[in-house]
Amino acid sequence: MAVAVAQRIRLSYSKYWYAYAMIAPVVIVLGVLVGYPLVRGIYLTLTNATSLNVGRQIGVNHIPDSFDFIGLDNYADVLWGPTAYDRFWSHFIWTVAWTAICVVLHYGIGLGLALLLNRKMRGRGLYRLVLILPWAVPTFVTVFSWRLMLADGGAVNGLLSFLHLPEPAWLSDPLAQKAAAILVNTWVGVPFMMISLLGGLQSIPQELYEAAEMDGAGPWQRFRHVTLPGLRTVSSTVVLLGVIWTFNQFAVIFLLFGSGAPDAQILVTWAYRLGFGQQPSDYAQSATYGILLLSILIVFTTFYRRWLARNEKANG
Amino acid sequence: MTLTADRPAAETATTERPAKVRRRGRSSPLATVLAHGTLIAASLVALFPVLYIAYISLGPDDNDYLHPAKIFDKMTFANYTKVMNDTGFFTWFGNSAIVAGGTTVIGVLIAASTGYAVSRMRFPGYRQLMWTLLVTQMFPIAVLIVPMYYILSNLGMLDSYTGLILVYSATTVPYCAWLLKGYFDTIPMEIDEAGRVDGLSPIGTFWRLILPLARPGLAVAAFYSFLTAWGEVAYASTFMLSSDKYTLAVGLSSFVSEHDHQWQLMAATSVLIALPAAVVFYLVQRHLVTGLTAGAAKS
Repeated sequence: MAVAVAQRIRLSYSKYWYAYAMIAPVVIVLGVLVGYPLVRGIYLTLTNATSLNVGRQIGVNHIPDSFDFIGLDNYADVLWGPTAYDRFWSHFIWTVAWTAICVVLHYGIGLGLALLLNRKMRGRGLYRLVLILPWAVPTFVTVFSWRLMLADGGAVNGLLSFLHLPEPAWLSDPLAQKAAAILVNTWVGVPFMMISLLGGLQSIPQELYEAAEMDGAGPWQRFRHVTLPGLRTVSSTVVLLGVIWTFNQFAVIFLLFGSGAPDAQILVTWAYRLGFGQQPSDYAQSATYGILLLSILIVFTTFYRRWLARNEKANG
Repeated sequence: MTLTADRPAAETATTERPAKVRRRGRSSPLATVLAHGTLIAASLVALFPVLYIAYISLGPDDNDYLHPAKIFDKMTFANYTKVMNDTGFFTWFGNSAIVAGGTTVIGVLIAASTGYAVSRMRFPGYRQLMWTLLVTQMFPIAVLIVPMYYILSNLGMLDSYTGLILVYSATTVPYCAWLLKGYFDTIPMEIDEAGRVDGLSPIGTFWRLILPLARPGLAVAAFYSFLTAWGEVAYASTFMLSSDKYTLAVGLSSFVSEHDHQWQLMAATSVLIALPAAVVFYLVQRHLVTGLTAGAAKS
């Protein structure tokens, strides 16, 4: 074992050159299209740039940048300036709630369906095919479809009235808008979770279940002590990705409500609106939101990974 | 055959304590009914929105979506012929195919070579690269659009396929590389070593031995890249300026503008956009479980 490891290390030394050659395309593409925008974005947050004072081309005349460097004022204004609660914190609270609720629903429903699909039963392949389908349909298509279904007099309220249940105005009532957004995003996100967790379930060795059964473990105990630990690596990855993707989920809310629904906007769509959805566009504030969003996710990821590592150690 | 094999186990199950005797993987009739019931309900929920938009697309008038029941009597494919004949549909379709195809090929290739490098080699900067790939996932696209617009315009790549393909690759590659790293980790090192002994360079080993073995992983990465590029709206509508360069997603939004709501045409186009995605999906779905697992389980 030790020899093999030593050999591997020696092998990898001779491969440095190849390693760099192989990662070069990614590094270049990400550097140009992500790294540079990030640096420029950070710079913009320290200025008062809006669409009125950035350099632009009008016909043959080039108008130079005329915005000023204002230091950290944008951050101060967003986080504790006047009306900071209405602009930032209320959306922040909703974004955190939205992320938590969606990821819990994605994971819970995904795990439930994966457990069902992992049983030996007739039509398993067909169920699987149908259940992954929402993933294959482009998001904007499904969001438009949901928009038609959730409209007043649409299919959803038709069903609710048939069942003699209340019919909320999904696309205009603030609370119903939030529920509608969560509903659609859950529909969009469950297939990925389900398939990843199904893969995870299939990689748990059968012997572990047999051994647990020999020791007299009931179904619940087998689930708690064999299935959940067996899924730990898959779960930690998909939950992390789920949080990142849901936190930044732009299409669902943007396409479902268009420019309406100020209450249901999460931070990402709010930042987009500042930068593009209003006149004059406030590039500096929009970029500030972007950097804050990124910081929130980085802090979350760091703590999440540390928490995972500690758990790993505690559970041996 | 399965039935006869099932029966003895089921019978004993009723006489003794069921949980102990029943073999794993076989369950009581009640549990089976419940499982089927849940799966059927879930399948209906999964299918309904897709079927609904397909149904709406058959209604000829622009306010038919308000009274879906009335469509039943006057179903027609008129919206489809109108979209195909009177709009830029085929141009947009071609553009989308070029961009999504290009993203899939370029994105998967560079993600695979990165995934292989981080799976097999420990080089200085390895941790930073993995961290960068994760952080790149966290970028809200709304924030990148403006700077990306400047960069593409400086490089003369606005309104070009290459520009949009590069932008899409930048968004799909981090996840694909992560996924493929996990997949490559499951392929034994011994295969690489055998390749090296036979005189292949590391890149030769990667290209001739590992890539063919990693087909399920590549299929999932290709699926993800294709879908991302095929369905993306925000970048495409910002960077493709002339109408002969519109992708389907951008063309689609031209049906529902401020002053004009042609929902029936939009619905028909949506179906036409979803079809190729469904074909790609059908081709790779066998590989999805294996491909994703390895990626998720190991990374």
